[in-house]
Amino acid sequence: MTKTNRRNFLKSTGAVGSGLMLGIVIPGTGSQPAQAAGTLYTPNAWVHIADDNTITLLSARSEMGQGVYTSMPMLIAEELNVDLQKIKVAIAPPGAAYTNALLGAQITGGSTSVRDGWEKLRVAGAQVREMLVAAAAARWNVPASSLTAANGVVSGGGKKATYGELAADASKLPVPEKPKLKDPKDFKIVGKATKRLDTPAKVFGTAEFGIDVVLPGMLYASVEQCPVIGGKVKSFDAAKAKSMPGVVDIVQINDGVAVVADSYWRAKSAREAVKVEWDEGEGAALSSDSMMAGIRSASESGKVLTIGKPVGNVADAMKGAAKVIKAEYSLPLQAHAPMEPMNFTADWNNGKPILIGPTQFQQGAQGAVAATLGVKPEDITLKTTFLGGGFGRRLELDFVVQAAQISKAVGKPIKLLWTREDDMTHDFYRPQALNQVEAGVDAAGNPVALKFKVTSQSVTQRAFGLPKDTLDPFMAEAAVAGYAIPNTQHDLVINDTGHRVGYWRAVSHNMNAFANESFMDELAANAGKDPYQYRMALLKDKPRFANVLKLAVEKAGWGKALPAGRARGIALMEGYDTYMAQVAEVSVVNNKVKVHRVTVAADLGHMVNPDTVRAQIQSSVIFGLGAALKSKVTMAKGRVQQTNFDNFEVIRMNEAPVIDIVLVPSTEKPGGIGEPATALIGPAVANAVFAAAGKRVRTLPITTEELTRA
Amino acid sequence: MTDFVLNGRKVTSTSEKDTPLLWVIRDELGFKGTKFGCGAALCGACTVQVNGQPIRSCITAVSDVAGKKVTTVESLGTPAKPHALQAAWIKHDVPQCGYCQSGQLMSAQALLATNKNPSDADIDTAMSGNICRCGTYGRVRAAIKDAAAALRNA
Repeated sequence: MTKTNRRNFLKSTGAVGSGLMLGIVIPGTGSQPAQAAGTLYTPNAWVHIADDNTITLLSARSEMGQGVYTSMPMLIAEELNVDLQKIKVAIAPPGAAYTNALLGAQITGGSTSVRDGWEKLRVAGAQVREMLVAAAAARWNVPASSLTAANGVVSGGGKKATYGELAADASKLPVPEKPKLKDPKDFKIVGKATKRLDTPAKVFGTAEFGIDVVLPGMLYASVEQCPVIGGKVKSFDAAKAKSMPGVVDIVQINDGVAVVADSYWRAKSAREAVKVEWDEGEGAALSSDSMMAGIRSASESGKVLTIGKPVGNVADAMKGAAKVIKAEYSLPLQAHAPMEPMNFTADWNNGKPILIGPTQFQQGAQGAVAATLGVKPEDITLKTTFLGGGFGRRLELDFVVQAAQISKAVGKPIKLLWTREDDMTHDFYRPQALNQVEAGVDAAGNPVALKFKVTSQSVTQRAFGLPKDTLDPFMAEAAVAGYAIPNTQHDLVINDTGHRVGYWRAVSHNMNAFANESFMDELAANAGKDPYQYRMALLKDKPRFANVLKLAVEKAGWGKALPAGRARGIALMEGYDTYMAQVAEVSVVNNKVKVHRVTVAADLGHMVNPDTVRAQIQSSVIFGLGAALKSKVTMAKGRVQQTNFDNFEVIRMNEAPVIDIVLVPSTEKPGGIGEPATALIGPAVANAVFAAAGKRVRTLPITTEELTRA
Repeated sequence: MTDFVLNGRKVTSTSEKDTPLLWVIRDELGFKGTKFGCGAALCGACTVQVNGQPIRSCITAVSDVAGKKVTTVESLGTPAKPHALQAAWIKHDVPQCGYCQSGQLMSAQALLATNKNPSDADIDTAMSGNICRCGTYGRVRAAIKDAAAALRNA
């Protein structure tokens, strides 16, 4: 999708989608579409009640492992007073009602699901509850205040009726604007560790992912794309491939040449026989070294944008400082590499396309396909399957558009499936980053001034057409840390390397927290102080920061003796409205780092499902640890050098540390938990490596090669 | 044509003999629980068992299993009668996105078939070929130990 298309689409987001319910149920859970259960009533966009008492709650967010098919319905069920285990959960179709208020579109990302849904879904549940009670009150001619709604039944004065019996009447009533919400202390579902509703399907092998979709008469497609991202087909020779068994058609699409066959393996085999001549375009000149050199050059001469408000006078304070300390940190490109390679199923369906698959961006998929195929968004039916991982990769729409184009070209339903190599070499990569930090310290080593500059590439410019020289908030996350320093200035320089970049779990928290928390450790070392005590002294008026840091070090046994060769490192951050501290315990042997234990303390306000919170912290630590110790993406001659899990290495069972978690009971507004721990494990490990081996590593991953050089 | 036994039933594949078993199981025979992750025996998402041994079906030609017994996640248990591993997986809410879990379960089942009381090191050895990008390793480990204990006490 071009920038213009996506920008135009976003402008019209509010108009896209009718909000009409399609009765889609979670694929593979064995439940039937809600309509089939009886006459379906839709008291509002979130709750369906059939007259046979089947209650279906909608999740507007995609399930990519983060537990939203459980946490979203929990919020609705709490106010509706129904047992979560007795209801069905369905994924919402594209629709204006399902817009994520924090992101302005129907997007799953940015650790926003609970933050967006917290108020909205409880209100939705309470509205339906009040409508059901009002319907019963009218039917029995009694005051609504004399009735209660619980366990799927409205009762009072010796009468009772099920929600299903009242649904038809209730759906004709006006929707109460301000229904009465429960006091959180009366919550029976929200805040209780709850078994995920999607676990059984995922354990018995019946959960339906995008790769599992089958349509009648469906063919299979494999697409050869230019090894240089953005390159175009000059010409191709498909003579040999066409004669191979099972091949139905070979078609050119925007991004390459697609082979369509009667099985995936035949399509993929024939694809290898297609000879394509490429116009590689400007991207052919890119190398990761030259891109980083460009970033460095931009850091010196590029337009400087200010993050937040400067405090005091940094220049003067630096002059008066006893000592000035400077450090530079950098991060490489990273791939998302979710376990399920990119795929989508499309049926052109004579101009009323049906699209089924794993996406984090329903309206985006609808809008992009509409723009590319020249059909109206409302003529496109989009169904979301389970996502075999997302991490930001499935916010992108390239593979959805490819599937739609192939189906239109052959006039038949097709399932497009990428290989792992396609996935690794045609990602939207986490951008490279250069952070330059400078502090003036007093005679005791305490900071009197801090100057922070980050230079990197803007994903938002590419993805959503953010104008040039405009602050990209997704580059400034966690740039301003919580420490009390009297004079501070934070700057951003945006540099377009020409490479295709994307939002990668925790986004710019990764680069900014790595720089801030590594640097804080360097300042503590300069002052000859304990990294924990040094930080705490700067957090006197920041109780939530100070509390999680204290809890993490206590749980980790900070200061207590460790086996020989082991050491601990700290990192602290606020991100997604969540306050988090981590302590990593590592050993370094022959310049190889092993992480033994990670302790995480988090204060994320109200929690919906505390066990999911734990799972997301565990997940984020492991995901970030791969980027901290093992994986990176490099470019040469415009080509991504990593192709599969042998040269893009991730954490495996034998490398997974013990993870201890402390959660702070809190009634603050909910924070996001899908990402922050990913950003903190890098600096926590780097600081622990310094403590263990005396070597300061200012880039990730901390490989043996990197540590030998340090 | 290749004949083999899939989850206890005789089946015949008409795919070319060099077709990876993975695609025969999934697309020809319709057992979708086994997943494709890397195509190069690097991630374990496609793990099935052949005569009780865990193998990567993405690089195993269907002709290599002629006459052999192949089992997939669908053979383990059902919601009414879950395998001890599946019960433990549910107890610990192991899966997140869930995509790798069939492969994890098939590797774990092969481990427990020969080792009634696996140590952490045994689990590392048996399970490190199965990548989980969601990082469910800690729960996988706990669930394997739970299932092993349940099977010992059964």
